[in-house]
Amino acid sequence: MIRVPTEKHTPLVLSVEGVTKSFDGFKAINDLNFYLKGGELRTVIGPNGAGKSTFMDLITARTKPDQGKILYHLDSGEDVDLTRVREHDVSQLGIGRKFQNPTVYRSHTVYDNLKLSLSGERSVLSSLFYKESATDRDKIHDVLDTIRLADYEDCLAGSLSHGQKQWLEIGMLLAQDPKIMLVDEPAAGMSDEETERTGELLLSLEGKHSLIVIEHDMEFVRQIARRVTVLHQGHVLKEGAFEFVKSDPEVVEVYLGRQTRNH
Amino acid sequence: MKAFESNLEYKAFLTIAVVLVFCIPILNAVVPEGSFLHVSSFQLSLWGKYITYAVLAMSLNFLWGYTGLLCLCQSLFFALGAYAFGMYLMLHVGVDSVYNTALPDFMDFQGYTELPVYWAPFENGGFALLAAMIVPGMVAFIFGYLAFSSRIKGVYFSILTQALTYALMLLFFKNNLELFGQSFILFGGNNGLTDFKEIFGSKVDAQSTQIALFVASSVLMLGVYLLIAWLLTTKFGKVQQAIRDSENRVRFSGYSTTSYKLLIFVGSAMIAGMAGALYVPQVGGINANEMTPAKSLDVVVWVALGGRGTKFGPILGAIVVSMIKSYTTRAYPDSWLIILGLIFVLVVLFMPNGLIGLPDQLKPVFERFRKRSIAKGDVTENRA
Repeated sequence: MIRVPTEKHTPLVLSVEGVTKSFDGFKAINDLNFYLKGGELRTVIGPNGAGKSTFMDLITARTKPDQGKILYHLDSGEDVDLTRVREHDVSQLGIGRKFQNPTVYRSHTVYDNLKLSLSGERSVLSSLFYKESATDRDKIHDVLDTIRLADYEDCLAGSLSHGQKQWLEIGMLLAQDPKIMLVDEPAAGMSDEETERTGELLLSLEGKHSLIVIEHDMEFVRQIARRVTVLHQGHVLKEGAFEFVKSDPEVVEVYLGRQTRNH
Repeated sequence: MKAFESNLEYKAFLTIAVVLVFCIPILNAVVPEGSFLHVSSFQLSLWGKYITYAVLAMSLNFLWGYTGLLCLCQSLFFALGAYAFGMYLMLHVGVDSVYNTALPDFMDFQGYTELPVYWAPFENGGFALLAAMIVPGMVAFIFGYLAFSSRIKGVYFSILTQALTYALMLLFFKNNLELFGQSFILFGGNNGLTDFKEIFGSKVDAQSTQIALFVASSVLMLGVYLLIAWLLTTKFGKVQQAIRDSENRVRFSGYSTTSYKLLIFVGSAMIAGMAGALYVPQVGGINANEMTPAKSLDVVVWVALGGRGTKFGPILGAIVVSMIKSYTTRAYPDSWLIILGLIFVLVVLFMPNGLIGLPDQLKPVFERFRKRSIAKGDVTENRA
């Protein structure tokens, strides 16, 4: 059964319907339905092995589903079937992904990291004869301000702290000007202060971009959570406001409960 | 020029260019033989060979140092270029006295009376030079396309390239290839191509030819240096290094890393092929031994020893190792391999950035040494 979202006033940017993906018989994603509205900040939580990373891989065309539809809705009203798109074309469509471990270009400066991520032509020829324009520079400086790394623009990315690398990678997504940002565990390995700043950063992006944030750290989820989706065994277990989800007995059983027992 | 990082690099480049293209040829041709400034023809062709090695090392560095693709078949591309131009030279040896034909000896020997179709175009020197670039480029394109589009990377890529050079080596060692019930003559089998006489109408061993070949090799090296230096300043070069650091990120930023890697692989194979084409007339022959996997490992050693991922390191590495090799093979014919191996082990263990990184590596040591001596000086002054 396909559940149609109740509020229809804001247009959807992404709909995932009836998607199943198995690896060697194990169903990592099982009949998953998921809808994302324009400008929404959605947090996805779930225990290990709930299929969170596979979910991201599916949206970014890294893996193809066995069944189901993944549609990306363009402003023009057209729909793009993400199951038929090549991996490197996904970002050109306006979907950016931040990996769990910070992946930045170590031997380039912070500035160059952002320059390489700017939206624009990606072909070999265009990169040979690329000239940096004033708008490019402004855009890079805007992003540098947003991620608070303006003082570090000439530093090598490899010399940044862990938290700064995470922000830089978020900045690299921003430079692409994506419609949807997929952010995988942005607060992993951060200090409390860094975590809070990351939360502020993500909240400031709400409305301008649609965000899907995968997170483990419940403190962090509390800070940023608007609407929360709980994944369990590749399926959406519950969806709603953080307070509502948190107190749901089923969620407590599979996720929160298990976590408290573990600790 | 934009390609240079510093004024120092610019000046060093100009100096080396003048020395290679003007000074050394003049010292060979004009300065009389008795003078201590004279550069002998033996030295000239030896250095010409080193320079083609340096270009080969640069081509591998372009691939390995800047893109992170460790290719273990760089010597294959070099040898393919050498074979392509060697075929031209082989077809201009003139009529031999034994068989009284203009065909290469190994064809006479097997009873051929006319040139096979696939040999014929190589009578044209321009075609052969072009083929010295195109053939390695094609091999790299086909192999690279298959490898990169099936996402083969890291050691798996390296192992496959090694298998490729081994397979082609076995093919080139054969005299004939039996295919579809027909026999095709190959490229001279065990002996390869040798005994050249003429190159573009002049004698191969004439002094003027040797000088021209030396200058051509130098110009190729300088040109490749400029090309790589320029590429590194472009966005292309930045993407290239980004692929080395984090290929996934590059792909998710929307770049088709496959096409970038393919172009770099093909380009580097073509550069190696050109170096091979200039190598063959200076050395006087080419055979399938140049395709053994060990030869490609030599190139890796040059690059690692000189300094991987630096512009000048590979040149330094290729020349230093080749010099040590020609010295030790003469002085210690029994143990030169051990000496060379030892040097390589020491460099890998103690000089992670190669010879070129040594000054930077030693800087802190010098600093400490200086500070200590200053401190000592203070103490003695106080006592006094």
